Amino acid sequence: MKKARSKKNGNGNGNGQHWILRLYIAGQTPKSVAALSNLNAICESKLKGQYKIEIIDLARKPELARENQIFAIPTLVRQMPEPIRKIIGDLSDKQRVLLGLALEEAV
Amino acid sequence: MAKNSNGNSRTLTGIRKVPTGVKGLDEITGGGLPQGRPTLVCGSAGSGKTMLAMEFLVRGAVQYGEPGVFMAFEETAEELSQNVASLGFDLPTLTRKKKMYLDYVHIDPSEIQETGDYDLEGIFVRLKLAVDSVGAKRVVLDTLEALFSGLKNQAVLRAEIRRLFRWLKDHGLTAVITAERGEGTLSRYGLEEYVSDCVILLDNRVREQVATRRMRIVKYRGTAHGANEYPFLIDDTGFSVLPLSSLGLQHQASTQRIGTGIAGLDEMLAGKGLYRGSTVLVSGMAGSGKTSIAAHFADATCSAGQKCLYFALEESFSQVSRNMKSIGLDIKKHVDRGLLNCQAWRPSSYSLEMHLVRLHKSVEEFKPDAVIFDPITNLIVSAADPLEVTSVLTRFIDFLKVKQITALFTSLTSASSAAETSDVGISSLIDTWLLVRDLESNGERNRALYVIKSRGMAHSNQVREFRITGHGVELIPAYLGTHGVLTGTSRMIQEAQEAAEQFRRQHEVERKRFTLETKRKKIDAQIAALRAEYDMAEKEAMSVVEEAEAARKQRGVDRFALAKSRSSNGAEHRKAAPVLEQK
Repeated sequence: MKKARSKKNGNGNGNGQHWILRLYIAGQTPKSVAALSNLNAICESKLKGQYKIEIIDLARKPELARENQIFAIPTLVRQMPEPIRKIIGDLSDKQRVLLGLALEEAV
Repeated sequence: MAKNSNGNSRTLTGIRKVPTGVKGLDEITGGGLPQGRPTLVCGSAGSGKTMLAMEFLVRGAVQYGEPGVFMAFEETAEELSQNVASLGFDLPTLTRKKKMYLDYVHIDPSEIQETGDYDLEGIFVRLKLAVDSVGAKRVVLDTLEALFSGLKNQAVLRAEIRRLFRWLKDHGLTAVITAERGEGTLSRYGLEEYVSDCVILLDNRVREQVATRRMRIVKYRGTAHGANEYPFLIDDTGFSVLPLSSLGLQHQASTQRIGTGIAGLDEMLAGKGLYRGSTVLVSGMAGSGKTSIAAHFADATCSAGQKCLYFALEESFSQVSRNMKSIGLDIKKHVDRGLLNCQAWRPSSYSLEMHLVRLHKSVEEFKPDAVIFDPITNLIVSAADPLEVTSVLTRFIDFLKVKQITALFTSLTSASSAAETSDVGISSLIDTWLLVRDLESNGERNRALYVIKSRGMAHSNQVREFRITGHGVELIPAYLGTHGVLTGTSRMIQEAQEAAEQFRRQHEVERKRFTLETKRKKIDAQIAALRAEYDMAEKEAMSVVEEAEAARKQRGVDRFALAKSRSSNGAEHRKAAPVLEQK
């Protein structure tokens, strides 16, 4: 799995850091920007210190779209913990994001 | 690549077309699909949408040098490759050669959570990459509607699909988009409202437990196209659409004659046989020898070095071949020489139109000079509507006529109906119509053949007895008796009677001749006897005359001798002696 651009949020080295979230975007569109800020907010409130967000810009690495079966933009993929889950949209519906990430049980 | 240029009168709006390479489809559409525009292919499940789309792409890549992108929403690349491998399409190789790009878009609603506004830029990204990597000119989206079942936000979907079609057009990509057929609509999610250029509907109808695939061009903006429903076939060589009704009555009529293989029959057909390219119907009841006539025709065609295509819908070829051997016809040798091609199948395996597609295809492949169809009635059984039969047969016969292929159909008539009515109104399509009839009398069934009609020739109006012998079919001039035509035993009795009569007459003549001869001999003998008697009498008379003469002479000599002796002269006496010796 290639990483186009990764960005660590929070003070990463905690023993609880087992969340890897990958956000697929295609250029800096308003939806992408919104998705990223929504994601950051959610992670900060629920997963502080236990997560890593990778941002993959398909406009630069289009081959990753096929590889990871991305069709909608933006798409958030929960790489870790298994199983992989996909959440599409700008993540504005917080309840659904939490549901999609299955954060309730993890926290 | 496009067949029609902008200036073509048939394409007023200047639509350029790209050939699909699909057999028959390019003829219906007048050149192919609209270039640089999306075409919607709708149809119910299993109607062949994916196959059509795939063939469009593969033929484009292989035959027309137009690489293509196949974006699948339902099947993985591996599944697709396997599915079309049976058609001889080698997708992995095409992909390797960069003639094709396969992309499977996996959408599983159970693992997707929608959390707000999104778009389908991911699909655009993938499509762009695919198109750029092979330089694609053709694109297939199969089945785009899978998006609708995977995603909930219809407003986003519709907007994005509209954007996708725009994008395809902007990039000049000729696209085929498949869609599931909906209730009362062409596609379940109304995709036809985005695709306004060309819509093709595929249909798979089942009637009498037999399925028929049909295709219809619902709409093709800016161009003339065939508006009918066309049957099509998917087999090991791909798609075949049957553009039959494009044919008319413009075919050339040949004056060349060809033999039927039965000398007596040729004789009945003005002594020369059939016209090349004519259509012959042999009607008759079960067991009347139709197949034998057909086999003779096949044998004659192949013996003349021409190719014959034999469709057997009743028996397997080996059975036909064996049976014909029993009447002294070896048709298998023609198969070995490659002149005879026999195809046997059960009529119930396809619907009428599918049969026709198959026939059409076989004829195109084998390119025969003559086609035999034994029997055509079995096809008719597989169709419920007699009108349909007529229409389909008309198209098939027209197709053969245009190709100058002589066709011989056999038709089984039922005992209860008249032969003339049972042939479902196809008689008007037939040029030469032979009827083999069973004549039942004196406790036996015999066959008689006559020519009901034969266009363009002075055919015989006689009924001939039709006999199947160990050395083929024979036609014998029938005997006309007081009760009509005499055949079989009656004819043989008649023949025997005539022979006896002949013998009797012969005998009589002989006897008369003998009597006469005897009489002549008798008279001759009598004449001979009389002559002998006469000769005897003559001889007798002659001897009497001679005797009398001799006596007279003797008397003279004696008198002389007497006189001599009276004169007592010895010398005189010696002189007289030779006279005596002369006697």
